[in-house]
Amino acid sequence: MRRIISMLMENEPGALSRVVGLFSQRNYNINSLTVAPTDDVTLSRLTVTTIGDDRKIEQIIKHLNKLVDVVKLVDLTDGSHIERELMLIKVKVSGAQRAEVMRLADVFRGEIVDVTPTSYVVQLAGTSDKLDAFISALGDTSILEVARTGVSGISRADKVLSL
Amino acid sequence: MLSGGDMLIRALHDEGVDLIFGYPGGTALHIYDAIFRQDKVEHILVRHEQGATHAADGYARATGRPGVVLVTSGPGATNTITGIATAYMDSIPMVVISGQVTRDAIGSDAFQETDMVGVSRPVVKHSFLVQSAADIPNIIKKAFYIATTGRPGPVVIDFPKDVTDPAEKFPYEYPETVKLRSYMPPQKGHTGQIKKAVEVLMSAKKPIIYAGGGVVQGEGAEELTKLTQTLGYPITNTLMGLGVYPATDKQFLGMLGMHGTYEANMAMHESDVILAVGARFDDRVTNSDISKFCPNATILHIDIDPASISKTVTAHVPIVGPVKAVLKEMNDQINASSDKVDADALKQWWENIEHWRQRNCLAVESAGELIKPQQAIQALYEVTNGDAYVTSDVGQHQMFAAQYYHFDKPRRWINSGGLGTMGFGLPAAMGVQLAYPDATVACVTGEGSIQMCIQELATCKQCELPIKIVNLNNEALGMVKQWQDMQYSGRHSHSTYADSLPDFVKLAEAYGHVGVRIEKLSELKEKLAEAFAMKDKLVFIDIAVDQNEHVYPMAVKGGAMSEMFLSKTERT
Repeated sequence: MRRIISMLMENEPGALSRVVGLFSQRNYNINSLTVAPTDDVTLSRLTVTTIGDDRKIEQIIKHLNKLVDVVKLVDLTDGSHIERELMLIKVKVSGAQRAEVMRLADVFRGEIVDVTPTSYVVQLAGTSDKLDAFISALGDTSILEVARTGVSGISRADKVLSL
Repeated sequence: MLSGGDMLIRALHDEGVDLIFGYPGGTALHIYDAIFRQDKVEHILVRHEQGATHAADGYARATGRPGVVLVTSGPGATNTITGIATAYMDSIPMVVISGQVTRDAIGSDAFQETDMVGVSRPVVKHSFLVQSAADIPNIIKKAFYIATTGRPGPVVIDFPKDVTDPAEKFPYEYPETVKLRSYMPPQKGHTGQIKKAVEVLMSAKKPIIYAGGGVVQGEGAEELTKLTQTLGYPITNTLMGLGVYPATDKQFLGMLGMHGTYEANMAMHESDVILAVGARFDDRVTNSDISKFCPNATILHIDIDPASISKTVTAHVPIVGPVKAVLKEMNDQINASSDKVDADALKQWWENIEHWRQRNCLAVESAGELIKPQQAIQALYEVTNGDAYVTSDVGQHQMFAAQYYHFDKPRRWINSGGLGTMGFGLPAAMGVQLAYPDATVACVTGEGSIQMCIQELATCKQCELPIKIVNLNNEALGMVKQWQDMQYSGRHSHSTYADSLPDFVKLAEAYGHVGVRIEKLSELKEKLAEAFAMKDKLVFIDIAVDQNEHVYPMAVKGGAMSEMFLSKTERT
């Protein structure tokens, strides 16, 4: 099952490599990974999406918690949560396709953030599923480039990942 | 005001370190100069950095105190990796200090530059790259704290050369305590879980206690022995746990697992409750197919590392905590409770076990004057009155030592169980002998393993270490050969080298030691006793043993614990 694990880690050199190294060393999957500073300068927040059965996910979480750099961790998929990913996608468009892609971007609540006579860059945020759906909805429109940020997420309501 | 190099050595002293093992080189020279200018921390010069790590490891295993290693950058650092991985797999507290190129040269492919923090990452508990000399006292304090607490393990500290520059001085104060917000090892077990475990344990009909190296590292042997004897339950130890329960006691069933005793493995398989203490259901115990493992057992698992619980075998009652504190609480709860063990069921259970025991799976068939390797270990046990520190290398000799030397105390049996590192035995014995100069230290090895760190014979000479090397010489890589006999129709691919073996007696003499060769059973005990009587000398005892011997019992590949080969012709 797909899981979104979010953690606060010490903003120290080598911390990221320890997390990533753990996944490769123990043959765990990383589907996406994002890391960025938080409001606390000593902490970064890292979010990873991974796939595994319950036993594997339990091991991943235990091993992540063992890392000295990992301060606190939550499996967002354990509870109600919001997941978002940002995608910038460059498509080759001409003729009737230009209006078609613009309408499609509208339907998905995306924005066209760059326009040339032959291409658009569409910016789209949402769950990974939604971004996948947009890509397949483009059908035979020629995709020139896809840049996705990977999943970030946060728990709903009172549940908070902080110290 | 102290320079970085002086701070490092001073901090080691303030941490209680009086002995380190190392090898100098370019980027470590400021540190070596700091060592030269003081007399608090003694340095042992090894002949290869791998030897330094194994020696520090042996020291740590024998004493319970962290082993400390100092090496230079590049090859010095990479040569420690095998030793670090060995310590990591067996949860041994160790601090490895490596030199590094200057901060401004890092990343430039400078001479003898290696990304030590990166190279060692998968085999350390944690690591530090010192960015500023002012951080040194804090980093040393943290490193030792992390290495020695919780599930112990090796910690690397990489020191860029300019950080140790004698010209730059900083105020020095060694912190008394350390607190890390992201690292808080448990101090005790969950009382409710312990209560639940005690209830299951007391109502068991066919219980067994399965104790591992965590009981050694967690100093839990005394509480474990008390618990086992209060309950009257059978106990088995893993390879790493030998000695945590006296092997000569009747409740002890011997080692379990791949080369465990028939009675220990049968009792595990038939049990209804297993109390696992500081053991991790390693594949050498469970025999890889978990679905066949102890099918009727309720598993109670005590371990300080939550990741060891339900990793391979699901624990029905997990208890995360230090074994000593948890076992003490169990003992207290049992004493305070009016519940009694099921005496009738236990009597029946012991009858079953005695029946298995009568199979006498470790009986040795004599072969005239030809020395069986088992007989060599039996003789060693007798000659040393069962009270030596025994280090070993890896292979058949290791298993024979584990089976035939009956360890009654923890920290006496020192071997590389997890990583299985050949070359471990001799340097580890150096660490033990340096920790206990008057103790009898025997290194049980084979002619294959001993050649992997043979250079340390020179260190032994320099430090006058009276180690006794017991070389079970079968002129082959015995364990490899055994597997080739059993699984590859006897095709001995690259496991023999009889025509190119050194004369170990002359080799020992060349290093300034005494060499003894034993070839006949009738002279075994006497010559061994003579060698051990040379209290102030290292004696290399080269024993010619049966070249066709296999280690039995041996688990049947992919089978349950009850499936074993008991000899070349018998299978359960």
